[in-house]
Amino acid sequence: MKYLKLIRANLFRNKRRTVLTMCSVAAALFLFVTLRSVLTTLDDAKEVGSETRMVTRSAISIVFALPEAYYQWLQTVPGVDNVTWASWFGGVYRDPKDFFATFAVDAETYLPMYPEINVPAQQREAFLAERTAAIVGSGLMERFGWSLNQTISLRSSIYSPSEEWPFTIRAVYEPTNPSFGDENFFFHYDYLYEKSQYAQPGWYIMLLSDPAAAASVAETIDEHYKNSRAATRTETERAFQTGFITMYGNIGFLLNAIGMAVFFAILFVAANTMMMSARERVNEQAVLKTLGFSDGLLFALVMTEAAVITVVGGVLGVATAKLLFGLTGFQGAGFLPGFEIKWSTAVVGLVIAVFLGLISGFVPAWQALRLPISQTLRRVA
Amino acid sequence: MALLEVRNLSKVYNRDSQQIPVFEDIDLSIESGEFLALMGPSGSGKTTLLNLIAGLDTPTTGEIVVGGENIAAMSRRQLAAWRSRHVGFIFQLYNLLPVLTAYQNVELPLLLTSLNKRERRDHVTTALGVVGLTDRADHFPRQLSGGQEQRVGIARAIVSDPTLILADEPTGDLDATSADEILTLLQRLNEEYLKTIVMVTHDQRAADRGHAVMHLDKGVLTR
Repeated sequence: MKYLKLIRANLFRNKRRTVLTMCSVAAALFLFVTLRSVLTTLDDAKEVGSETRMVTRSAISIVFALPEAYYQWLQTVPGVDNVTWASWFGGVYRDPKDFFATFAVDAETYLPMYPEINVPAQQREAFLAERTAAIVGSGLMERFGWSLNQTISLRSSIYSPSEEWPFTIRAVYEPTNPSFGDENFFFHYDYLYEKSQYAQPGWYIMLLSDPAAAASVAETIDEHYKNSRAATRTETERAFQTGFITMYGNIGFLLNAIGMAVFFAILFVAANTMMMSARERVNEQAVLKTLGFSDGLLFALVMTEAAVITVVGGVLGVATAKLLFGLTGFQGAGFLPGFEIKWSTAVVGLVIAVFLGLISGFVPAWQALRLPISQTLRRVA
Repeated sequence: MALLEVRNLSKVYNRDSQQIPVFEDIDLSIESGEFLALMGPSGSGKTTLLNLIAGLDTPTTGEIVVGGENIAAMSRRQLAAWRSRHVGFIFQLYNLLPVLTAYQNVELPLLLTSLNKRERRDHVTTALGVVGLTDRADHFPRQLSGGQEQRVGIARAIVSDPTLILADEPTGDLDATSADEILTLLQRLNEEYLKTIVMVTHDQRAADRGHAVMHLDKGVLTR
C-alpha cells in the first residue's frame, strides 16, 4: 500500500499516453468479449434444437427448396409422429438494415411442434383464422414499436424483392427458452405460395416418437430420396441449427482468428507503451536502486503499473460491453437470439487483461531488475 | 577501529575484449564523524571509488569494510538492503523524481523501512526542517530552484539517519551562492549531527570545508 503513491505518480507521469493506452485495451477487450459472446450465443442456439425433432433439407445446400410432395411420404416413415415444414422468406422492414428472421410455416402443423412459441390461445386462434396474419416475437415488436393487430408491410430478399407484402400482427409470442429468440417473425406458408406461385418448403421438420430412432429415420429418408432430383440430408434439429449458423463459413474459426489478432495487436501496443515509459526513467530506476530499492521490488513495481493499465482498460471495455448490450437488447437482427455478455465471458476478458499486463510489463520490468546502477547514472550524467 | 576501511581495492572495467584498469590496490581509512573531500582530475576514478563505497558497484578485487561488514562480498540483494540502512547518497544533478513532491521524494528511503505513516511523516518533517524547506514540502522539483532541489536531495540522504553520507560533486551544478549554502549545510550535518561524509569534488573551496582532502590521480590515492 505504501508504494501506491509511487505507482500512481508514475502512471500519471504522461496522462495522455496512459489514458490512450487504457482506451486501446478497453476497445480491444470490448471487441474480444463481443466476439466471444457471438460464439457462446451461437453455441447456445445449437442447444435449442429438440432431441425429438429432426430436419430434412436439400443434400446440396439449405438454400435449395424441397418438393411439397415429400410431405405425404415423410408421414409414413416408421418412427415419425408428425411432419411440418418451413421456408426462409428473408423479410425486410422499411430499410435493408431492418432485417430479421422471417419464416413461412404451415401453421396448423408447425405450432404444435414448437411449444417454444408461447402464444395466448385467443391470439393463436386469430392467427390461424387469417391468411395474412403473423406471429411476431415480443423483442421484434419492441424493436419496431409495433402493436397487436397492426398491419405492416415487408419486402422479401428472395420473393419479388420490389413487392410489398402486407401482414397483420395477430399474435405476439414470448419464447419459453431465451435462446429460441424473441425476434422471429412467422406467417402462413399458404400466403407465400399464393403470392409467389413458385414457393416450396425450405425444409421439413419431423417429430419422433423416440429420439433413439433418429439414426434409422435419417437413413430411411435419405436412402429413399438418394437418386431423386432433390436428394435430402436428414439430421437432428441440433445439427441442423449448427449447419444453419455456419452456412456463411466457419464462423467460430473466423471469430477466434479476429480475437487472437486483436489480442496480439493490443499486446504490442501495451508492451510498446510500457517500454517507452520505462526507457524514459532508467535514471530514476537507478536512483531508486541507489536508495536501496531491491531488484525484485522494482520488478514488482513495473509489473504492477502494467497490470493496472491493462486491468483498468479491461474493466472499462468489459463493463461497457455488458452495459451496452444489456441495455440495448442487441440480438444481431434476430440472428443472435439471447445475445448477452455472460459473466463467464466477462471473467475470461478480465483474465486476459491481467495476462496482457503481465506479458507487456515483463520486458521493462526485467530490464529494471537487471539495471546496473553506476553505469546508468554515469551514462545519464 | 575506523568506520570505513578500504583494503587493496582494484577496479577494472571490461569493454569488449579490452580491460581498462581504473585504480589498483587502493587503501583508505575513514573515522566516524570525519568529513573527507576526495579530489582528482576527470577520469581519475573518484566517482568509481565513491560508487564502490556506496555499494552501487562491485570491486574487481579488495575489501570495503563498513562498520565491520565487508560489502564487497555481498550479493545484489544484500547490497540493496545495506544501502537502504547505511548510505545516504547526494547526486550532482539532484536526481529527484519529477512526479513526486519534495515531501514524497524525501519519504522514498523510508518506504523501505517498517515505519508507519505517522512515523514516516515525523522523519520527513524533521529532515526538511534541517535543510530549511518545511514550507516547500508540497512543491514539485520543477517548482524549486537548483539550490532548493539539492537541499531536498540532502534531506532525502539524511532522512533514514544513515551511517555514511556520500556526495558526488554536490555543488557541481550550482551557482556560487547556492553552492556555499549547500557546503554550509553539509558542514553543519558533520559538526552538529556528527555525520560521516565523503564528498567528491573538483572545487578546492568545497574541499576546504572538509577535515581532510585526498587526491586520486593515475590510480594513486594520496593525502
